[in-house]
Amino acid sequence: MVLERVGGEDRGKITLYALSTCVWCNKTKKLLADLGVEYSYVYVDLLKGEDRKSALDELKQHNPKATFPTTVIDDGKCIIGFKEKEIKEALRL
Amino acid sequence: MTDIEPSPEEVEVLRQQLGDEAEEMGYHLNPDIGFTRNLVRGLLLNEGRYGYHSCPCRLASGERDDDLDIICPCDYRDQDLNDYAACYCALYVSDEVLSGERDLSPVPERRPSPDEREKTVKGFSAPAGESLSSLTYPVWRCKVCGYLAARDDPPGVCPICKAKAERFERFI
Repeated sequence: MVLERVGGEDRGKITLYALSTCVWCNKTKKLLADLGVEYSYVYVDLLKGEDRKSALDELKQHNPKATFPTTVIDDGKCIIGFKEKEIKEALRL
Repeated sequence: MTDIEPSPEEVEVLRQQLGDEAEEMGYHLNPDIGFTRNLVRGLLLNEGRYGYHSCPCRLASGERDDDLDIICPCDYRDQDLNDYAACYCALYVSDEVLSGERDLSPVPERRPSPDEREKTVKGFSAPAGESLSSLTYPVWRCKVCGYLAARDDPPGVCPICKAKAERFERFI
């Protein structure tokens, strides 16, 4: 899966599954950028065929409903939806 | 996929149209205009991609039949307005949110998961085990707003919420 990386402070591995058209996904992206942390994201709606399927399979391991945005921290903690407080707490910020 | 970016004018025209239609039917668009414009932009991008206004906050398959329930207004809007004062993406909000008495909160996804959806039978079908012999007409239910119509076929357009015939299900 091709992830876009955004540079910043290392607070662990942060992966954001998002849709390019989703306002809440873009709010989550902006929050991570404002927090200045390094993270990677993927716009699943822009993927096709096998790429989309493998991204969804990966997302479903963390969030079986495969909804967006989903933020996965250190491959364990999974935050579904734009939840500013939970994301900050998970990143100890 | 190459998206055609909608112009600010196109976004504003659709936002106004959706807002007028919503008010006419007793619904309200989110009063945060910047936020609502972003959602309307997503609807227009999805129209360009798929040919219909698929929810900007959900992943469309691109197959109309599979995406019918998430074409805006989605099948889940009214229940979410009742329970969470907003629809899933928050394009539509309740009276309380409009008047500022209630803040928006995240709306959990009510749509069945991809695996659950695969198991559901699609299309118009009468509920199993119902005796229909005493009814003169079948009853059709609009999945968007709940309007019921007793007639041979569903109406072409729901007279209440303007959803198309394809959004009706056989109710009785």
